[in-house]
Amino acid sequence: MNRRNLLLKMELRSDPETLCAVRGAVAQLTERLGFSEPECRAVVLGVDEALTNIIRHAYAGHPDRPIEVHFRRIQASLCGKNGEALEIVLEDRGKNVDRAKLCGRALEDVKPGGLGLHFIRESMDALEFRRRVGRNQLRLVKFLPKPDPPAGS
Amino acid sequence: MQISARHLDKITIFDISGDIDLATSPELRKPLLRELRELRTPRVVLNLKAVRYIDSSGVASLVEGLKAARDVGARFILFGLNTTVREVLQLSKLVRIFEICESEEQAVAT
Repeated sequence: MNRRNLLLKMELRSDPETLCAVRGAVAQLTERLGFSEPECRAVVLGVDEALTNIIRHAYAGHPDRPIEVHFRRIQASLCGKNGEALEIVLEDRGKNVDRAKLCGRALEDVKPGGLGLHFIRESMDALEFRRRVGRNQLRLVKFLPKPDPPAGS
Repeated sequence: MQISARHLDKITIFDISGDIDLATSPELRKPLLRELRELRTPRVVLNLKAVRYIDSSGVASLVEGLKAARDVGARFILFGLNTTVREVLQLSKLVRIFEICESEEQAVAT
């Protein structure tokens, strides 16, 4: 793993009580990276929902299982778009996630639940799930705002 | 998250503050469902002015409240939605299913 671009690493327990602290840290990080207020809120929501999914589905609500989250500044190339981006990788050692469930559900259905994945997709520019040696990895990417051109250019 | 209830004739107003997430949404769901299913209050109003954050767990609790209200023929009204709450409800595409008022006066009068 490339440590040079590491902005923040979190080692958490799968306890819902930790979510509030994570949101605070992500809000500060995204603000420091220059994201707009709506973008900061979007990234906070995306990370919160990803952690909620791990706690609920990968760990079935057990509050003492390990979760690691790495935040890196990377050069990304996605669907013809290139640029600097924030990469967030969430890793757990829970059960294998059913990929069919990663599709979310039709929003026309008025029912509680199933919104988390939709929120993650809407909040981030890319989402990628991998299973590696007994671990689930969810990679989220959000392009950083382009810096303003120098005055007079 | 903090939640408290006020009673006004046949209306119950819940004042909610703080974050509604996976950790706290059960604390919201329980009194809402009790008010609607057990006490059969005909109008339940949620004051969301002081809600700092809501995620899909919180939205799911609101949807449960709405469905419980529909089951018993009660009204379920939200007011005081700030930018954060409104954004998340719009993202869920469920904003149109809720009865949303701008103020408490409107929520109790309409």
